[in-house]
Amino acid sequence: MVDDFKRTYGPIDDWTDSRELLARARQQADKRNFDDVFIVDIDSHVSDDRNWPEIMDYIEDPVIRDAASAFGDGSKRGAFLNSTPGLQWQNVWGRIPHGQGLKEPIEDDGTPREIVLARKCIDEMGLDYQIVFPNALLFLGMHPVPEMEVHLATAYNRWLVERVLPEDPRVRAMLYLPFNNPSAAEETVRRFLGKPGVAGFLVTSSRHKPVHANEYMRLYAMLEEADQVLGFHTHLNWQDEYTSQLNRFISMHAISFVLCNLVHLTNWVINGLPERFPKLNVMWIESGIAWLGFVAQRLDHEYMMRTSEAPLLKKLPSEYMRDMFYTTQPMERSNEALLAATMDAVNADTQMLYASDWPHWDFDLPSVIWDLPFLDETARRNILGYNAARIFNLDIPEKYRALAAE
Amino acid sequence: MGELFVAKADEIGDREGRVVADGDLEIGVFRLGDEFFAWESDCPHMGGPVCQGKVINRVTEVLDAQKRSHGFDYVEEDVHIACPWHGFEFNLRTGIHPGDPNTRLRGFPVEVRDGDVYVRI
Repeated sequence: MVDDFKRTYGPIDDWTDSRELLARARQQADKRNFDDVFIVDIDSHVSDDRNWPEIMDYIEDPVIRDAASAFGDGSKRGAFLNSTPGLQWQNVWGRIPHGQGLKEPIEDDGTPREIVLARKCIDEMGLDYQIVFPNALLFLGMHPVPEMEVHLATAYNRWLVERVLPEDPRVRAMLYLPFNNPSAAEETVRRFLGKPGVAGFLVTSSRHKPVHANEYMRLYAMLEEADQVLGFHTHLNWQDEYTSQLNRFISMHAISFVLCNLVHLTNWVINGLPERFPKLNVMWIESGIAWLGFVAQRLDHEYMMRTSEAPLLKKLPSEYMRDMFYTTQPMERSNEALLAATMDAVNADTQMLYASDWPHWDFDLPSVIWDLPFLDETARRNILGYNAARIFNLDIPEKYRALAAE
Repeated sequence: MGELFVAKADEIGDREGRVVADGDLEIGVFRLGDEFFAWESDCPHMGGPVCQGKVINRVTEVLDAQKRSHGFDYVEEDVHIACPWHGFEFNLRTGIHPGDPNTRLRGFPVEVRDGDVYVRI
């Protein structure tokens, strides 16, 4: 439950305490009795650049570790990162302050800032678990220095596992796979598999590496054998030939955050990876869900005419899509009939998982799932928490177990 | 039917507001010139604290006679409040979203008595 934080009702700015900012989320949780609903947030980004100097101390190459001090006027802030301006446009020129990251001051009692901010969000939204992922690494697949992906990802993964995750069992992480280096990605799985708090492994989708390349087969086999989730987390790329024609963030975000996962999912299905790794749990994160109806129909349509180009498939592409997993955010819902049809097309009852994306500008609260009129209560509870518990092997607290889905 | 004291009228500057609460009912009262407007601080999008957001004018795009674009400008007479959760904007005089007239805030009557501002609920 929430503490006795006293609201101010004042103007919300970049430094507003997230308990003030999310107080109305807590009201929603109370009205819907979310303390009796098991809720898992698959994707949040509470981290900010203030953690980065500490993370730099976990770089294992001594020369690169020392070189971090050359950045940020000696503070190491932002060291080696390849962020592009796009992410800094999230706040719609000041209209959505948290879109630029949570800047609120916190009391320094030694608890990692990531944990403090996650706890506030967990309490206000009525969550039971939150899976965190850092903003800073979302760009890393496009880093011009390929080996830097391995240095930074390993440092971040170590920091999470050694410093952050032991602090609170409700906070979990999908660890970053340095996917541009397949052997380093395999080493990441070997090194961190089974560590407390590690929920699964994740590829940031903004990159130019086809997911069906032969050098990834050993990685997929390892993850399948270990019963791990492999997530593909979308991100922007404003430099591609097509997206570079989009002159406004609204346009780029609408297209780019879908385009990368559209390409990767198409390659995943058409190259028969679901047949090669039938027990591997693959999850598509943060592309929303409206694209799924399009790509399912489109691939089925073409597959029936060009079956010879996808010879590993034994059923329709859309049927493989019904076996994969999808996070719901940002859930497009201006047309309820289309939303309902899309959820039906991919077996949302068992395959969709709620994600908040907090504190990004287009975050979703659990109420967006709970209030859907066309879902029955079992489907709502599955999407909000039980589907996540099943594929991430999360402990469901005793109070929810009687209601857990079969 | 009741009312909530908001503030002394001269404590609320032009284009400024105050949010008052009665339990979970939160109402923002805003001043534009000599007029006051009150809206429930409950964004119709996702329930966000809209009246704690940024006051900013409506943006327009400037076209010339040949319909060529010359960038953005503010519309002086249209003052908006932007919900800090997701940026939904509403006209502070009408409570209506500039892109969809069916998306609107719930309004409340405001009364100024003896220099004090009250909102009737």
